[in-house]
Amino acid sequence: MAYINSISYYLPKKELSNQDLSNQFPEWNVEKISSKTGISKRYIAAKDEFASDMAVKASRLLFEKEKIDINKIDFLIYCTQSPDYLIPTTACIIQDRLGLNKVGAFDFNLGCSGYIYGLSIAKGLIAANVAKNILFITSETYSKFINDKDKSNRTIFGDAASATLITKEKGLCKIGDFELGSDGSGAENLIVRGSGVKGTVNSNTNEKTDDFGNTHTDNDLYMNGPEIFNFTGASVPNLINSYLAKIELSKDDVDLFIFHQANKFMLNYLRKKSKIPLDKFVLEIENSGNTVSSTIPIALHDTLKKSKIKKNDKVLLAGFGVGYSWGTTLLYF
Amino acid sequence: MEKKFIENFKNILDEEPNFKLEVSSKFRDLDEWDSLTALSLIAMLDEEYNVTVTGDQVKDMETIEDVIKLIK
Repeated sequence: MAYINSISYYLPKKELSNQDLSNQFPEWNVEKISSKTGISKRYIAAKDEFASDMAVKASRLLFEKEKIDINKIDFLIYCTQSPDYLIPTTACIIQDRLGLNKVGAFDFNLGCSGYIYGLSIAKGLIAANVAKNILFITSETYSKFINDKDKSNRTIFGDAASATLITKEKGLCKIGDFELGSDGSGAENLIVRGSGVKGTVNSNTNEKTDDFGNTHTDNDLYMNGPEIFNFTGASVPNLINSYLAKIELSKDDVDLFIFHQANKFMLNYLRKKSKIPLDKFVLEIENSGNTVSSTIPIALHDTLKKSKIKKNDKVLLAGFGVGYSWGTTLLYF
Repeated sequence: MEKKFIENFKNILDEEPNFKLEVSSKFRDLDEWDSLTALSLIAMLDEEYNVTVTGDQVKDMETIEDVIKLIK
């Protein structure tokens, strides 16, 4: 058995408000951004602040808040698409910076589904007797991939890191079964083309502007919004249904649904399509935006803080996006 | 049906009921048209008419009439 013991998160100092975006893009009005995306601000990492720095900060916040003895941590898992280097693994650097024992550590590269995958890996390591107290960090700085003139992506995405302690010993909630999946036929729809070993060969640095006036080069994040939207609409409701059928529960048995906080508009669409009542559906995107692999731990943390989760509650988590990749699990409080 | 569709379309544009929108209107030229309204159109077609359209299809359509043809 594996449990989530505690969660913490870190947001960079610099705030990017809707007013800031409207000032730069006069055709983009503040009210419209807020009401449609549900986001009023997002935080952007400083020029000299990287995902690894935020990972260290989120972990230290967790250690302090929960008074965690770092000598007990016997494994480190790091989820990021913003590694310091291609070589070596950033998790090794973070192990050293946090002063952890010389424990096992590795990175894995996933975005919006990353938190679910990380929980499943941690649960597996505990079941295999590899570790008992796992530090699982998510950290992302998509802002460093986004073109300054790409108003859509700058509106949606924010930077953040989260740290979760997963233990064999009983903790906050038990981690249930999983359903995970991927469909790489959608890889082109959310991509930094000019990145990685293959991507940097022949990468084109010419600016391209789409129908909606968003500019990007191959070195920037590109998102085909309508395609991503259609993918989630076609896959997420089915994912929830097939997972609940597998664990022989119905939607009524679930007390709360926490989806990857992509944006309010998409979440409402998915909620209606999945036939989930409004009062069972978490929307925690207003103050940090879409922080990729950190949205679920941030939403879970803030929902707990608001005392909206009671003992014996069952909380369903679902992550979906870049890859395409998706996953879901149930937490038993 | 056309009238109802135009009402639905006005809703996704967040426009007043008296906003002038006709079957011949070129919706992508409207000030209100942006990436968020494009997603709203895709969602509206799915929710109200059970029709799935791709981003490329939206790009290929010019007038409200083009969209109506799709849901007929």
